[in-house]
Amino acid sequence: MTAAAEHPPEVLMRRPSRLRAILDSDLVYSFLRSKVTVAAAIVTLVIVLAAVFAPYIAPKNPYDLTQISILDSNNPPIWMEGGAWPYILGTDDQGRDVFSTILYGSRQSIAIGLMATLFAGMLGIALGLFAGYAGGTTDAIIMRAADIQSTFPAILIAMLIDGTSRALFGEQRNETVVFWVMVLSIGLSFWVQYARTVRGSTLVEKSKDYVLAARLIGIHPAKILFRHVLPNVVGPVLVIATINLALAIITEATLSFLGLGLPPTQPSLGTLIQIGQKFLFAGEWWIAIFPGITLAALVLAVNLLGDWLRDALNPKLR
Amino acid sequence: MTPVLSVQNLRVEFPTRRGVLTAIDDISFDIAPGEVLGVVGESGAGKSITGTAIIGLIEPPGHIAGGQVLLRGSRIDNLPPDEMRRIRGKRIGMVFQDPLTSLNPLYRIGDQLTETITTHTNLSGSQARQKALSLLTEVGIPAPEQRIDNYPHQFSGGMRQRVVLALALAAEPELVIADEPTTALDVSVQAQIIALLKRLCAQHGAAVMLITHDMGVIAETADRVAVMYAGRIAEIGPVRDVIKQPLHPYTKGLMGSIPSLTHDSDRLVQIPGSMPRLTAIPSGCPFHPRCPRAFTPCPTFRPELAPEQNSQVACWLYTPFPVAAAAE
Amino acid sequence: MSLVAPAPSAAVEPAKPLVEVKGLGRVFDVSKPWLNRVTEGLPRRLLTAAADVTFSIGRRETFALVGESGSGKSTVAKMVVGLIAPTTGEVIIDGVSMSARRQESERRRLRRRIQMIFQDPYASLNPRWRALDIIAEPLRAFGIAQSTTQIAQRVGELLRLVGLDPADGTKYPHEFSGGQRQRIAIARALACNPEFIVCDEPTSALDVSVQAQILNLMRDLQDRFGLTYLFISHNLAVVRHMANRIGVMYLGRLVEVAPAREMFARPKHPYTRMLLDAVPDLDLTGRKRKPVEGEVPNPIDPPPGCPFHPRCPSAFERCRVEVPLPIAAGVATVRCHAVEEGRI
Repeated sequence: MTAAAEHPPEVLMRRPSRLRAILDSDLVYSFLRSKVTVAAAIVTLVIVLAAVFAPYIAPKNPYDLTQISILDSNNPPIWMEGGAWPYILGTDDQGRDVFSTILYGSRQSIAIGLMATLFAGMLGIALGLFAGYAGGTTDAIIMRAADIQSTFPAILIAMLIDGTSRALFGEQRNETVVFWVMVLSIGLSFWVQYARTVRGSTLVEKSKDYVLAARLIGIHPAKILFRHVLPNVVGPVLVIATINLALAIITEATLSFLGLGLPPTQPSLGTLIQIGQKFLFAGEWWIAIFPGITLAALVLAVNLLGDWLRDALNPKLR
Repeated sequence: MTPVLSVQNLRVEFPTRRGVLTAIDDISFDIAPGEVLGVVGESGAGKSITGTAIIGLIEPPGHIAGGQVLLRGSRIDNLPPDEMRRIRGKRIGMVFQDPLTSLNPLYRIGDQLTETITTHTNLSGSQARQKALSLLTEVGIPAPEQRIDNYPHQFSGGMRQRVVLALALAAEPELVIADEPTTALDVSVQAQIIALLKRLCAQHGAAVMLITHDMGVIAETADRVAVMYAGRIAEIGPVRDVIKQPLHPYTKGLMGSIPSLTHDSDRLVQIPGSMPRLTAIPSGCPFHPRCPRAFTPCPTFRPELAPEQNSQVACWLYTPFPVAAAAE
Repeated sequence: MSLVAPAPSAAVEPAKPLVEVKGLGRVFDVSKPWLNRVTEGLPRRLLTAAADVTFSIGRRETFALVGESGSGKSTVAKMVVGLIAPTTGEVIIDGVSMSARRQESERRRLRRRIQMIFQDPYASLNPRWRALDIIAEPLRAFGIAQSTTQIAQRVGELLRLVGLDPADGTKYPHEFSGGQRQRIAIARALACNPEFIVCDEPTSALDVSVQAQILNLMRDLQDRFGLTYLFISHNLAVVRHMANRIGVMYLGRLVEVAPAREMFARPKHPYTRMLLDAVPDLDLTGRKRKPVEGEVPNPIDPPPGCPFHPRCPSAFERCRVEVPLPIAAGVATVRCHAVEEGRI
């Protein structure tokens, strides 16, 4: 009680440094202890940074048609015979530098993956909160919609939306529309998991006394949902989001592979693999393999991070 | 007479990344055959961990770091898991707080009873069933021939706890450890169950270690009581003496803070502060920061249990402390 | 912005009661979902949590509701504060009926005068909010304090009032012990200067020594601020210490209401007697106990007539058929045919 005598309450209630609290926490400790997780985090960081700084790192811009020369097409990687600088990992059939295309392509894949996960997350959390808190018919309707949607494979839904968009906008769509169509279609196929988890947690939290206390004061239900319930149900969502991110990236790659995603003038990792697939048996393996390795590494790393996060946040395993 | 259970200098530690936490620090007590020993304490005192340590079910990385546990003179704390499993159930029966989790909801209670009996005795299946029926009658389940084939959820809370009692006594153990057996029950049912526990254990000749935070239950059931505080025993003695004339200041404070049913009091006795967390146990006597009678040796020297009248107390008020050491 | 402290008065004022509960009842529909009922041919199942509960609480009085599980005391508490709507009856606070339709501003004013303290100190505080924000929430909601300085000052006062350090405001609930959390809950309840506080088993989850601290604190606050308490508990000794008048509930019905001293000295209803008999004898008087029979029946399927008759030593034909009405027996009110007919 000594501090109270000397200082006014406002001074005493200044919050302690957040950074200190984070560095000291159990989460950081368990992260640093697991070598696999640290490795996975490093890999993810490297790929993401490389993608972000692609314009500065890549020797050539593969989307800029003026920089591509068909004469340089199908060159092998630099350590093989026939390879030449600056095409470190070789070129594809259009003469695009494989390394640069991987960097730019990762950009697309990661951007779409992130946005789609964000979209799915926000939609799923909102619907889950609503369904859990409102109960009754609202809950039933939302959950039945979720049930119905989960009977369709994600790819199918994505293809459905993509096809609809093509019909609406015609084949000559400009690139921004494609990007958002991809985000929408992938996001819409993944919201169910978030909604179900959040609904379950909301059902538990809404009968807790602190929610009753807020209702007693007369706080508006929407405010209760977002300021009281949401912070307490968000934990498992982070784990789902990390693993979903990996799934979203794969889904985008699959769609591009199937020719339904980004246009061939702006290839993503999936498109590259598709192009390279044709040349695999011709012996020009580098066009498919390097993007494949990058994709696999990224997805694996993100998955491992998700695994660690799930175990770290699970109070029973601590 | 060899005591049924003898705990000597038991110490249980939990290694964490912030250091080693000592949940129980050097406790010793005996239970004579047929006796009911109450172990009472507030949350964090370590009473439940004592029970878990005796039956060898401490969750790793927690472990017994020192001392011994002897069952009828032979050590059980260092036995390999299979042997310990044989002892659990056969020689030591257990009753836990929540009957919903002690009974497997997927099996009929008759099956659970007969399984315990056949595992630990030489009885055949039909003999075991007979025994199960007689046990159910003993614990007061009406119409046992019909109810023996019911599932746990078909019983009420009090009935379930009776079944758990029957399970605990099924293999004729020498010792029954009951951890908060009545806390989840209504007051009227609680009275029935503790009377039953006392009567049955006396009839079957089993000693009882009754762990609870409720002094009233101890008063009704126990012969002797051990009062625990922050992983140590503060006082241990006959129930009548400890309750009516508590010696340790903590016990005094505890008894004074319980509201009485028979006389009015304007203000309840209040012990300031709360039980220290395991990470911050005070040096010397762990109670000294909250003790109204703390004096020179208390913050530095840890008192041991020493006889005083009919009980034993761990308090410098009753034991002369080494003056030479204090003068340093 | 100081706390209001009316002159403490030792006696309970005999004037118009602050809280009146008349014929309060609540029925819950616990039937299976419609689809299941249709396909499996199941009937509707209704649970009567409370029926025909009538009592009143005077200003500065502590009225206790005791009962075991299934007695409906928590449901009554929630109806009194307005968290659950009653199916029958009404709650009248200071002459104003809670159920009548009224404007938002009037309802807010009413809400400000009633607060609640919950049983579980671990669930009654939002684990993601700091203590400061938890206590400040009613201040912000009712517009009592707006600026950060005002709020910090008021929260500091409240924390000191409940025996905590104002610097504790920045901590999260998990950094406090159970007793300290309950103090924070009390501080939150006091934030808007209420007159009437409903306490739903406030100390049942606490250790005995901590319980003593909290009960003492509640009595001190009551004396200092002239608070009225509705105290829900299953612990008769605690109730004896805290209450002026006590109501005993069994399976949703109020079976006896009496001044505290009278109830403990001369319990009238057979259930009250059984309850008192069942409390463990801490004074080691060695009193003979009448063995208690049976358990509380399932509230979905209550016995007909008087709900206590299967366990009652004084039950007879009329009890199986007719629900007893409340009658006066001395200063107490009892629902019992045997008492009415003078047999016990």
